[in-house]
Amino acid sequence: MEALKPLSRNEKVQKGIAARLVKMRKVWQLYVLIALPVLYIIIFKYVPMYGAQIAFKDFVVSKGIWDSQWVGLKHFIRFFNSYEFGRLMKNTLLISLYSLIAGFPFPIILALSLNMVRNRFFKKSVQMVTYAPHFISVVVMVGIVFELLDPRHGVVNMILQALGMDPINFLGSPGLFKSIYVWSGIWQSVGFSCIIYLAALSGIDPSLHEAAVVDGANKWRRIWHIDIPGIMPVAIILLILNTGSMLEIGYEKVLLMQNPLNIRTSEIIDTYVYKVGLLSQAMNYSYSAAIGLFKSVIGFVLIYSVNKIAQKTNETSLW
Amino acid sequence: MEQSFGRESLGDRLFTILNYVILSLFLITVLYPLIYILSASISDPSAVISGKVWLWPVGFSLDGYSAVFEHRLIWSGFRNSIYYTVFGTLINVVMTIMAAYPLARKDFYGRNLIMMLFVFTTMFSGGLIPSYLLVKDLGMLNSVWAMVLPGALSVWNVIITRTYFQSTIPDELLEAAQLDGCNDFSFVWRMVLPLSGPIIAVISLYYAVGHWNQFFSALIYLKKQSLYPLQIILRDILIQNDVDAMMLTDVDQAAKREALRQLLKFSLIVVSTFPLLVVYPFVQKYFVKGVMIGSLKG
Repeated sequence: MEALKPLSRNEKVQKGIAARLVKMRKVWQLYVLIALPVLYIIIFKYVPMYGAQIAFKDFVVSKGIWDSQWVGLKHFIRFFNSYEFGRLMKNTLLISLYSLIAGFPFPIILALSLNMVRNRFFKKSVQMVTYAPHFISVVVMVGIVFELLDPRHGVVNMILQALGMDPINFLGSPGLFKSIYVWSGIWQSVGFSCIIYLAALSGIDPSLHEAAVVDGANKWRRIWHIDIPGIMPVAIILLILNTGSMLEIGYEKVLLMQNPLNIRTSEIIDTYVYKVGLLSQAMNYSYSAAIGLFKSVIGFVLIYSVNKIAQKTNETSLW
Repeated sequence: MEQSFGRESLGDRLFTILNYVILSLFLITVLYPLIYILSASISDPSAVISGKVWLWPVGFSLDGYSAVFEHRLIWSGFRNSIYYTVFGTLINVVMTIMAAYPLARKDFYGRNLIMMLFVFTTMFSGGLIPSYLLVKDLGMLNSVWAMVLPGALSVWNVIITRTYFQSTIPDELLEAAQLDGCNDFSFVWRMVLPLSGPIIAVISLYYAVGHWNQFFSALIYLKKQSLYPLQIILRDILIQNDVDAMMLTDVDQAAKREALRQLLKFSLIVVSTFPLLVVYPFVQKYFVKGVMIGSLKG
């Protein structure tokens, strides 16, 4: 008996593997289908992760990634001790916190308002117009901002002058950069971001509103006691998830809006990586990769922990 | 949708008025810059530069538009952008379906592992420099491939598509097809694809807008002017104020030249955004649908 036991367990395992192989063979065509996407992910996503090791080396193009000399944390230490480090961190965090907080209420207000409109034509018009800027490319968006804020003939300065004020060189003022970035972003995204809240509002049981009306609640009270609690879970989960991707600023837009006058407040990690690694004459691949890797790691820790929090609070998660 | 419940109280009437005021403010704030740019683009150049235009066109001139169409780089930019968008989106959609369908199947052994492999890349990346070095090592710098291959698949769109497959293609359909001797390839081809019209529309639009608006890849991967997409040309003119001097030689006065340069920018913004805004009202519902499907998971 005792001698039989391990054998039968072994058999069980073998049977299990065999059964699995049969199952896998039955759907072999699915493996063929997914082969190309998996290959893509490995080549274009995982190979660069392997390549990120140049952050710990003095990368020389002719030697390649593997044969370049290992220098440990040299580039990281250089970055942490550099004059740029504090400034980059401060700008990156301030810009994203600013957009996170300033951008939070507007889509909610828009959604709550739209949800209370009875005139379908008006509602559709507002939706159509406010969604539209979402599709304007980042280059054109910055172009529009430049035209409107131009110090000599931009319409904003024309209005300021008509009111008897001095024209402001908006893009040349370091103090105004973050506001211009954030508010033009809100202008562009408010409509599209409100879609998800509208969906949440349409999921609220209409009988709640009917009951509230019977109890004599006016529209203010119904928004306060029914609509806002109804979209709270969505709002909180979005806020949490956005906090997780805090380091992901629209670097293309920042890059386009930068100029020598505002660089003090506009340089963020991503734009600095680009400039050091690809734009400067002395190809600092390793140093630049180290800064990029630093950001990736912090970003990963953030998004991972935030998703864990989201799972706990809402039982909803990214995956 | 809000319904009417009997007579409105004073508070409710006040609310309705305030609500319309708030929405009108949103509407005006979003609409005003767009109208201003459209008006400026067809106004008299001197009126634009002296600040007489603030809402409606002042005077009338199509000089800006003719300058846009005389600019040779703008034409090649348009052509390249259309090419990258069509070709890139085609690759994207095929790849996305090839990834999403197996991942939607419950009997696909290893799907959790592959899913993890995919999702991890949305949270962590090797960074700009290693990706650039990869593209360089693959010999794709200064080629169309650099514009379409590095972004051949978006994991978010795979997740959206997978969710769609899971919720719209019933298991019974697959079982019935299998009983009839249908294999997985022909099931995808003859059953899944015909049922996926809406989701293909949604992801095609997402991908296409992404390609059309893409500018950073071109900035780092392309050095040849003949390959530049529209967005790079736009950046040179709108942001860096780098207007091809050749085309403005017939205008002798400096002030006039400056005015025309401004007009060209406004016209260019209109021309480059126009294709999108014309199609947009017709496809808006697909974008909205995409957000809805996406929000089911995530």
